[in-house]
Amino acid sequence: MLERIEEIRAEAGAAIEAAASSAELEELRVGFLGRKAELTTILRGIAELPQEERGQVGGAANRARKELEELLEARAESLDSSELEAQLGSDRIDVTLPGAPPRPAGHPHLIARTTRLIEDTMVGLGCHVAEGPEIEHDYYNFTALNHPPGHPARMLQDTFYVQSHPDVLLRTHTSPMQVRSMENQPPPIFVVVPGKVYRRDSDATHSPMFHQVEGLAIAEGITLADLQGTLLAMCRALFGADRELRLRPHFFPFTEPSVEVDVSCFQCGGSGELAGGERCNLCKGQGWIEILGAGMVDPNVLGFVETHGYDAEQVQGFAFGIGVERVAMLRHGVPDLRRFFDNDVRMLEQFS
Amino acid sequence: MRVPLNWLREYCDPAIDPAELADRLVMTGTEVERLETIGPSSAEGFVVGRVLEREKHPKADRLSVCKVDTGDGERTIVCGAPNVDAGQTVAVVLPGATMPGGMKIRKAKLRGIPSEGMILSAAELEIAEEADGIMVLDDGPAPGTPLSEVLPLGEPVLEIEVTPNRSDCFGVHGVAREVHAITGAPLAADPWAEDAPADGDGEVTDYASVAVAVPELCPRFTARVFTDVQIGPSPAWLQARLAAAGQRPINNVVDITNYVMLLTAQPLHAFDLDKVPDGELVVRTAGEGEKMTTLDGVERSFDAETVLVCDRSGPSGIAGIMGGQSSEVSEATTRVLLEVACWNGTNILRTSRLLGLRSEASSRFEKQLHPELTMRAQRIASRLLVELCGAKLVPGTIDVAAEIPSPRRLPLRAARVGGLLGMEITQDEQKTYLERLGFEAEAAGEDLEVLVPPDRHYDVTREVDLIEEVARVHGIDEHLPTTLPATGGAIGGLNREQRLRRRAEDALRDHGFDQAVGWSFTGPGEAERLRIPADDPRAKPVLLANPLSEEQSAMRTTLLGSLLDIASRNAARGAGNLALFESTRVYLDGEGEFAGDRPSPYSEPHRFAGIAVGSLSPRSWRGGGEAADFFAVKGVLEALATQLGVEMEFAPVEQPFLHPGRSASISIADSVAGWLGEIHPLVCRTWHLDAAVGFELDAAPLTAAASLGEESYEDVTTFPAVYQDLAVVVPAETAASEVRAAVLAGGGELLHAAEVFDLYEGEQVGADRKSLALNLEFRAADRTLTDEEVAGLREAIKAKLDEIGGTLRE
Repeated sequence: MLERIEEIRAEAGAAIEAAASSAELEELRVGFLGRKAELTTILRGIAELPQEERGQVGGAANRARKELEELLEARAESLDSSELEAQLGSDRIDVTLPGAPPRPAGHPHLIARTTRLIEDTMVGLGCHVAEGPEIEHDYYNFTALNHPPGHPARMLQDTFYVQSHPDVLLRTHTSPMQVRSMENQPPPIFVVVPGKVYRRDSDATHSPMFHQVEGLAIAEGITLADLQGTLLAMCRALFGADRELRLRPHFFPFTEPSVEVDVSCFQCGGSGELAGGERCNLCKGQGWIEILGAGMVDPNVLGFVETHGYDAEQVQGFAFGIGVERVAMLRHGVPDLRRFFDNDVRMLEQFS
Repeated sequence: MRVPLNWLREYCDPAIDPAELADRLVMTGTEVERLETIGPSSAEGFVVGRVLEREKHPKADRLSVCKVDTGDGERTIVCGAPNVDAGQTVAVVLPGATMPGGMKIRKAKLRGIPSEGMILSAAELEIAEEADGIMVLDDGPAPGTPLSEVLPLGEPVLEIEVTPNRSDCFGVHGVAREVHAITGAPLAADPWAEDAPADGDGEVTDYASVAVAVPELCPRFTARVFTDVQIGPSPAWLQARLAAAGQRPINNVVDITNYVMLLTAQPLHAFDLDKVPDGELVVRTAGEGEKMTTLDGVERSFDAETVLVCDRSGPSGIAGIMGGQSSEVSEATTRVLLEVACWNGTNILRTSRLLGLRSEASSRFEKQLHPELTMRAQRIASRLLVELCGAKLVPGTIDVAAEIPSPRRLPLRAARVGGLLGMEITQDEQKTYLERLGFEAEAAGEDLEVLVPPDRHYDVTREVDLIEEVARVHGIDEHLPTTLPATGGAIGGLNREQRLRRRAEDALRDHGFDQAVGWSFTGPGEAERLRIPADDPRAKPVLLANPLSEEQSAMRTTLLGSLLDIASRNAARGAGNLALFESTRVYLDGEGEFAGDRPSPYSEPHRFAGIAVGSLSPRSWRGGGEAADFFAVKGVLEALATQLGVEMEFAPVEQPFLHPGRSASISIADSVAGWLGEIHPLVCRTWHLDAAVGFELDAAPLTAAASLGEESYEDVTTFPAVYQDLAVVVPAETAASEVRAAVLAGGGELLHAAEVFDLYEGEQVGADRKSLALNLEFRAADRTLTDEEVAGLREAIKAKLDEIGGTLRE
């Protein structure tokens, strides 16, 4: 009996070693270790053997079975990996075909992107972002901004009014939020106000709807020099670290003193001439580009919010308004204001 | 305002290059739009000549052959002008000189006769716009005298844009004062200091009378009378000045009124006194619809706020804007009534705008001139009328004046100057600048007491206005330090809603939508094109009283219309696949939530809206490119919701502009916040689109519900979750959301998530039934769930599904 077990073990061992496929190996497993296999029959018949043989035969059969199981497993592993290699070898793709395109990302509108840039710059300088109504009371848009009753800007030719409400209009600038913000919060106040504004004008350089960002800073001891520093920081963020500013005295009803602000041309570096010696087309040879209007908030404006803690003898500050379209046109070379509102996707997709 | 430099120099000559002067003006607050030169760029070769002989050209009827003395001898010049004659003193250009425009003068033969130079017309010298013939100069200057000594040649002209507060700079003298202030060059004596001798007969009241019925609209009306007036052309110097300043010379009297206005900024008007019945003038408002014909030959009709200057026979001029034809000065005029008045600026502006009639006079009066300025103009004009027209000034001035504002006194505190500007200007400097500008300034300790001159009375009304004056003359660009404000620890930033709105915009972009910026205004017919019924609030937009066009006369109540407009335009340009969104406001009835004591007149909710036309997924060799449908866009909104940490619920809804079976309301926190759906085919047709899917969502509920940025940690590692799939068979009409709700209800707190991942309709589940497959995640925070617990939960789910007619498919 013991010899027979040894014979089975040897025969099976050789057959397992010689097996050429997983299927063949499975046949061998059934043949040598299955329910009807000889070794299985031996193990099943152990109980019927004489007492003295049982231990020896049982031990040998169990050892043989365990050994064969291990051999089968080892051979299966080796066959698996060689079969996988063979399979992979026949699995070929054309790696030169285009990849599967992900859904392409959309594009920000230049106006939105530029507005964010200005907001973020001013946030960095300590401002909050405030938003106000576009359909506004005459009071906030004109009266509280020191525009006398007959001021030309109030005329029907320049300002859109709402039907049936003669004192309600489409704001002509983001400045109405100056007084609204001050009513809402005692000084110190540092805010920027982005948004749509409207003027009754339409040609290549005027759009009836456009966008501004207003800045307002009121506290004790804020000076015109502080305005210059703030605008310099903003203009450098928008147009490059080498930019210089030029403040020209001007007139606005709601600031005093008022200034118009020029930034040194970033195309010619302020010389007015390009490398080849021809006149710079961006600044028209001036070296400077007019960029915004600003000034120290007029005491009359503060007078409208005196009861909210704005005493012109105690606090003072500056305001400015910058045109978003103008900044975007300069930064990106957009030639015509109207392009922004055409929303031609061929233009939208140029800016990411 | 055109300021000829030679005229300016008569009052203040800073002896600097014109371009440098222009620069200084710009940097001190006087906008110079252009610096141009009229006439020849060099005066070389332009001389005075005398015509000694004139003969007809033997071969040409219209040409004359002239012998001209040009100082260096006699020369022959062929001239085409009809008015040339022997004995005339004329302007001659010699060979070698360059004409305005660049043409070089050479010796030439004209029809066989050699010509050495040219006799010039005013137009050729750019002194006048047109000319009938050569310019005949006053006798006096010797032949050969450089022409530039007689006429302004190559005159630089500053074109100034005057800011509305500076009415004084609408006159050459005002600009001269400004130049004096910023350069320190001496200012000549006031040109109005000296009056004309009054040699006429009688008293002015013997000739004329003035009654002002509306003193609030006419603060002052002065009139003088001149007799023995000889009408004729003005002398060349005066004509040249007017031409350089952009005014056409007419006759000496009219030219003088224009000249004095250009000098002082105070407009004047001359009447032919003999055409004013009995010399009686009345200033009154018009009757509604009253008419008259103005100097430009147009008959105009007035409203009751228009102020007229009338004589007994009716209106003779619109106050401060334009005179009438009835009493116009003509060749035959011998007696002149000179009106110099002061009008209410707001009224003049109003009338001028209403009539669409703006004149040199009205553009000055509308800035509000001071009543004092009238007599300045009277004096200068009187002298010129006497000198240039041989007129006799009748003694006396008719002067009908309401109360003249008393001079303004203002303090200027040293501490405020430095404190507001952030730069120091010494008291001496302040005093100097103000005095140069015509203010009187007296030291009071460190501060100044300042008296405002009349021509700055309405502009400089407060201390801060004085601070501006000293700052700009001192030089802001040159001296102002660059500092940053002390923000006192203020920390800037976006608020929560603003941050989340940006995130939502970014999310829509990330999912393939291009951002658009559409017009806030639309046409009132948009609602109808969107099939919105007339009684829907969205069909009742805020309307503008004065739109630029019907198509821009209503404020939009939905963002869909302009998105369709934009999509349609792009489709017409050949774009096949479009995904566009807007993030902006609509305008509705109600009050908005904005800062400020007064509520906003309307509600302006911020919205996100999008439209997809064609495919959202790019086509490739592996597929893709299928047209976007309801679910394609819903998936984008769900992704947006996930990114913001918001639960969105979708339920069937009908919107007039949407496909009735493929449209949903979007709810957030149990309130409807927007809509989603395939655009109604009829609406698509109106916009020339094949198909489109859109959505519109209020920003406020979205951002209010968002958990983004405020998430709390959840332990998912200590106790593992159990994942199971569930197939549920329900009646075909049962909504997936209903099934999901039943499953979640059955699973209770331990059912962490249940998502539909498959839908089957077909034989295996029978007709009118469908099978939904859900993926379930069971999880307990404090223990590992046992198989028995999960089995119990499945039983509970089964019971809940039973209630809606659902069964589990094993």
